[in-house]
Amino acid sequence: MATVTTDSAVRIPEIIVHSVQPEPRGWVSWVTTTDHKRIGILYLVTTFVFFMLGGVEALLMRVQLGAPNNTFLTPSTYNALFTLHGTTMIFLFVVPVMAGFGNYFLPLMIGARDMAFPKLNALSYWLLLAGGIVFYASLLFHPPEAGWTSYAPLSSSAYAPTGGIDAWIFLIHLTGISSLLGAINFYATIANMRAPGMGWGRLPLFVWTLLVYAILLILALPVIAGAVTLLLTDRHFGTGFFDQSQGGDPLLWQHLFWFFGHPEVYIMILPGFGIISEVLPVFARKPIFGYKAIAAATVVIAFLAMLVWAHHMVSTPSATIVLVFFMISSFLIAIPTGVKIFNWVATLWRGTIEFKTPLIFSVGFISVFLIGGITGVFLAVFPVDWQLTDTYFVVAHLHYVLVGGSVFAIFAGLYYWFPKMTGRMMSETMGKWSFALMYVGFNVTFLIQHTIGLDGMPRRVYEYPDIGHLGLYNLISTIGSFILAAGIGMTVINAVRSMKHGVAAGPDPWKANTLEWFTQSPPPVNNFDVIPRVRSVEPMKDIRRQVARQTGSGVDLGPAPTPESAH
Amino acid sequence: MTPEEGGVADGRRMNRMPRALPKARSRTRRRVFSFAFAAALLGGLALATGASADLLTPTSGGSPNANDIDTLYKIVLVVAVVIFVGVEGVLLYSLVKFRARKDAVAAQIRGNTRLEVGWTIGAAVILVVLAGVTFSMLGGIRTPPNSDADGYVTPVVTNVKNASAFQPRPPNGRSLNIKVNGQRYVWRYTYPGPKPTTPENQKVAAYVEMVVPTKTTITLDIESQDVAHSWWIPALGGKFDAVPAHTNFTWFKIEKPGVYRGQCAELCGRNHADMDAQVRAISPAAFKQWLVTKKQEIDESDQDALKRRMADAAAAKAQTADAANNAAGADKAP
Repeated sequence: MATVTTDSAVRIPEIIVHSVQPEPRGWVSWVTTTDHKRIGILYLVTTFVFFMLGGVEALLMRVQLGAPNNTFLTPSTYNALFTLHGTTMIFLFVVPVMAGFGNYFLPLMIGARDMAFPKLNALSYWLLLAGGIVFYASLLFHPPEAGWTSYAPLSSSAYAPTGGIDAWIFLIHLTGISSLLGAINFYATIANMRAPGMGWGRLPLFVWTLLVYAILLILALPVIAGAVTLLLTDRHFGTGFFDQSQGGDPLLWQHLFWFFGHPEVYIMILPGFGIISEVLPVFARKPIFGYKAIAAATVVIAFLAMLVWAHHMVSTPSATIVLVFFMISSFLIAIPTGVKIFNWVATLWRGTIEFKTPLIFSVGFISVFLIGGITGVFLAVFPVDWQLTDTYFVVAHLHYVLVGGSVFAIFAGLYYWFPKMTGRMMSETMGKWSFALMYVGFNVTFLIQHTIGLDGMPRRVYEYPDIGHLGLYNLISTIGSFILAAGIGMTVINAVRSMKHGVAAGPDPWKANTLEWFTQSPPPVNNFDVIPRVRSVEPMKDIRRQVARQTGSGVDLGPAPTPESAH
Repeated sequence: MTPEEGGVADGRRMNRMPRALPKARSRTRRRVFSFAFAAALLGGLALATGASADLLTPTSGGSPNANDIDTLYKIVLVVAVVIFVGVEGVLLYSLVKFRARKDAVAAQIRGNTRLEVGWTIGAAVILVVLAGVTFSMLGGIRTPPNSDADGYVTPVVTNVKNASAFQPRPPNGRSLNIKVNGQRYVWRYTYPGPKPTTPENQKVAAYVEMVVPTKTTITLDIESQDVAHSWWIPALGGKFDAVPAHTNFTWFKIEKPGVYRGQCAELCGRNHADMDAQVRAISPAAFKQWLVTKKQEIDESDQDALKRRMADAAAAKAQTADAANNAAGADKAP
């Protein structure tokens, strides 16, 4: 690299960055940090710990359901477990893990040196942690038993007099403020701190989905914050918003909850779509197919997501016209979702696909998310939903969307970005084994649950009678859940091992497209000393091309920090 | 040279699909696709029609509305299987065909507007068709039919004009209307009494098992007295929530005597799993007899209870009188 022959006056792009001062060490530096990358790591580690807790809760439930009329768990323990599991996975894992990736990569991808409000960013994280601790502290007295939906009047002081529901309300408030502050921060950062030349048409698709994620959070969270506040005053201060004997209405809770709850579904999946849209083109060695269509589909999905909430309530007393409206709006949302899937498949079409772990997880995502999307259409047809709602069919559907969708995307993101965050590669062998176990385990667990629901087993039951093949089907599902858990465990071990023993990654191990790869791995505190000008949606491709043109050499970038990246 | 350098010399051309495919290749490819599509279609149809009710379709067979829902479900299933096989097929094909090989160069395609518009419209058309099918079947699922001529004739006629949008009645207004009340953790059913002009307190109530006549349209008014529950007998149609302060509605009509089981489908507390429901259909004549017998039983136990209560009250009175006397006696004691 030393003998560079420049044929023009244009500077050869190279990574220009140096640490201004030695990075602070010790736990105090982590507690006091306002660096978006460290906060991102805190988010990711914390949410994965909660993911493990939620997973253990799921396994305990599957053990209980492994046989008919089982007595492994008491009804109250079982109810507490599914309440903890649902709440943990949604409020303490999927939503904040996206904020974790967002925190770490949003500034890097748009060529910024930090988030717009670094201190607010730190506050977001600590509120999240506080919410999780407050919620899990309820284990020491009475955990909530009303499900993650906490329907009134089951969650009222008459039927749930202990403090579990209050802990749940506290969690919603704390994580809600955390996400709201985070969302405002994301929005401000994306709107104001993009690299020169990065217009809206050059925004990486992951950043597009984060933008829409932020907008949806800002729209939906105040509604649930208001609703749980009403529940709190109903429980303790004698109001009767959800109490029919005082002129309130239990259905009001359902409307308010799902007015938040359905956008929440897209809050959880859209950033996953973004990760897939980043990973596929890198490993197919092809530009993303239909950049504008994918970005537009994201916005359309977000808009429609605000209009479909009552499809969660088809079996409540409702006029036909209401049911018809929500069927049509739910149908409409299938169109942009389908467009995304078609564009992803078209991105692979005529590419040269490299089967690295992030790509495999992304392809696994497409293949199972498709099933979740299709069963969503079944559920949208409201007469059919009268049979399916509140059964294991819905449990299967939501796990196809949230595990097959969000979790597979999160794992794709983890394998894709781990080298950037740690400077080391994860083991490909273990990654592929982990995927194989997860994919098989996931489908064994949840495919059969469609049938369990069709055979008449409602969700949220701690036991079921020995009728038909229910016992066998549930046993299959239980076995699958342990295979799935083994696969997840393998990735956790892989991540922990690779942090110390992984092959050094270098700045751009995947030959990727976006700006986070135009700095060292892991990036120094200030990310970039010189922020490159962005001229397309794939700035790194432009940079590699320019380097190759001006040096006549391969695609290497600047002084190599490690021997591995020097070939 | 890296692969991506090939196709991007001219920035303006990047938005168009290169028309580089030789004709022969595209023809075979088209043939492969039409074959794959036909196979997917046939496979879907075979799966949906031949599928055992156990594995792929909802429970049905008790009542016409459940059967209609089952048919509607199967129509959606056929469409779903075709889309599923099509998309997974193309995905799998791409993964095998376009895996990285020596000398393979990725086509630098950035999109194709016609294709985008095409699959957007295609998806929309499929959904319009599904919505049309749903609307065409909605009447049969939502609105109850008249009872058969040889069904049980209920003494009560409901006013059809007063039926609300979600509480329709059969065209002639005659159905056996049963009030279903959810309470933790049992279902209570209230029937109109056997005599036509009996007042409110002459009604007949039963728990857990609902006995109904065959060939008769049964309309249910579903209510709750504590938390939300959901009434569900899978073979007799969909589930309908019992929400406090609201009345929900559904109906069923059973042709042949039989027993259908179900359970509460909305989380209602710790014993939600044990809140069973059962419908036993018997002939209209037998039902008439059952109603009379049940009424007698209830009247007798009411009488017993009344007697017991009076006896208890008398005993209690005597006891308090004794106690008062004793107390008075104690006061007077030196």
